[in-house]
Amino acid sequence: MENFFTRYKNPLVLMAVLFIQVIALATQVKRPDNARASGSGGTRLIRVWTLTAITPFERAFVATGHFFRDTWRDYVDLHNVRKQNRELQEELARMRLEQVRLRASAEQTQRLQALLEFKERYVGHTIAAQVIGSSGSDLSHIISIDKGSSNGIRPDMAVITPHGIVGKVKDVFPLSSQVLMITDRDSSAGVILQNSRLQGVMSGTGQGDLLVNDVMSDEKVDVGEQVVTSGDDRIFPKGLPVGAVTSVSSDSEGGPFLAVKIKPAASLSRLEEVLIVTEIVEEVPAEAGATGQHRAAEILSQRLPSASKPVDNAPGPATGTAPRTASQNPSLKPASPNPAGLKKITSGNPAANSNTPANGAASGPGASGPAKTSGSNGSAPSGKAGPRVTSNVTTNNGATTSGTTTGGTTAGGGVATGATGTPSPRPKPKSTATPGQATPAGTPQSTPPTRNQKPAGGDAEKPPQ
Amino acid sequence: MSYAVSMTSREDLDVHRFSWPVSIGIPLLALFIQVFVSKWLGFIKIFDLPLLITIFFAVARRRPVPSLITGALIGTFQDVLAGSYIGLNGIAKTMVGFLASSLGVRIDVDNPGSRFIMTFAFSLVHRIIYMIIDLALVGANEPWYWGHTLVSAVANGLLAVVLFAGLDRLKQRA
Repeated sequence: MENFFTRYKNPLVLMAVLFIQVIALATQVKRPDNARASGSGGTRLIRVWTLTAITPFERAFVATGHFFRDTWRDYVDLHNVRKQNRELQEELARMRLEQVRLRASAEQTQRLQALLEFKERYVGHTIAAQVIGSSGSDLSHIISIDKGSSNGIRPDMAVITPHGIVGKVKDVFPLSSQVLMITDRDSSAGVILQNSRLQGVMSGTGQGDLLVNDVMSDEKVDVGEQVVTSGDDRIFPKGLPVGAVTSVSSDSEGGPFLAVKIKPAASLSRLEEVLIVTEIVEEVPAEAGATGQHRAAEILSQRLPSASKPVDNAPGPATGTAPRTASQNPSLKPASPNPAGLKKITSGNPAANSNTPANGAASGPGASGPAKTSGSNGSAPSGKAGPRVTSNVTTNNGATTSGTTTGGTTAGGGVATGATGTPSPRPKPKSTATPGQATPAGTPQSTPPTRNQKPAGGDAEKPPQ
Repeated sequence: MSYAVSMTSREDLDVHRFSWPVSIGIPLLALFIQVFVSKWLGFIKIFDLPLLITIFFAVARRRPVPSLITGALIGTFQDVLAGSYIGLNGIAKTMVGFLASSLGVRIDVDNPGSRFIMTFAFSLVHRIIYMIIDLALVGANEPWYWGHTLVSAVANGLLAVVLFAGLDRLKQRA
């Protein structure tokens, strides 16, 4: 027996092991619900013990796996976050630049819009220009603009902004121009104090301020009073803001004048866009109805004693060299009335302002009173390209009440043109006036105009109808 | 040192033994990998690591009783952990352990080629026994995938060549 077990030990052990397992398996198969679902019997204990023993290792394994997985994910996420952070930083920088650009664009748009509104409201023809440079010196107040002769810019044209006047064109080049700012010592302009209606000549101090030193000391000038252009210099349109009075003191030389300091209204140190006035249109109240022409004639007769009444068919004694075209004078062309009823002053007429603008302004507004007359020898209209001024006062029905300047005086302009005046180098419009009809220079047919007399009613005679 | 008659050219066959940590740790590790790691590494399911460990211990020890007991224990624990009927893998691996130890006495199982063929053959045998038990005793009606069975047998044979070479370092001469 012992030999049997010894000899067949291996098969017997195999059969025994297999038998046990078959029994266990049969037990599970016989009661599948109890064995698998409810987990009763010995097999359940085996499972419980085994799983209880293996679960800690499993948990440790899973936890370790999660640790490495989370660590790796964190690393990857962190890497991505850094990359994303860099991208967001770059995006933020780009957005900031874009914001700055848009803000600058918006500000520029607002400035240009204000410029356009101003242009439409005050002046006729202007050219917008960008400031592209400055003199770079404290001694001279000159800026460069990006418009030149190719754009129609001529010397002595007014340069303005919606906030106030800037200066006048000094030198013109084909593609750019230089503007002499009003704060320069060599710059001047006719001004009027808005409240007191005192007129004077403003000049630059070279230090950023403006000075009016031809106001009599017995006049009352308030600090803070607004100063506007008088329009007498034939450069700046009338009524443009110049600045505000900052101080009023006695003349340093002890003269009978006040030294009125003005702070420019325009930010001259931060100019970016400006307007160059090429044609000035001043609004005149329109005379409606059939009496418009009659009233205009009455006004003209009051201002011009030499033109006692409207002469309808008289030959036009168009004096001087100031041209007048049919299109500019509706009286010559009734079919084309000027419905706007505007007095039109076109810059660039050397006959009207032959002196340099500074001199013209200084002598024109005539701080001391009446305007000077000149041009008897034609020296004033030296042919220098100055602002051309033509004045047309028209009513609704198109009647022109004044046309040209004459050899006499012009109110405030301080320049009178004579028949001997040097013609302007600029092309003149076709004029109906003949040389023989020109009034001799220096023999004005009208009385000297008053200080506030408008150029339109100056010495112009009634044009022939 | 035990000697046995074999079909090899060698006059004697080495009988090896393993330390207790290896005898317990390696099967548990194989079970752990097969049952738990295969949840994340699905390709492991094509292998049968407990079967390979059973074959390795059986042919290395060349003692049928310890080999079949080792197979029975590994198979049973595999059933426990896998949630299947306890005894399916136990019976199959008991048979494989017994056959492998009996075969290891007669042929040289240290050659990579013979290891591949042996593992391939025992994989098929294990699968056949498993299916027979499953059909005859459990009454299940699982379809028989010959293709999958063959691929799995080849994969186990290839893995055995590599795995056994590594496990050879854990052998101790008996």
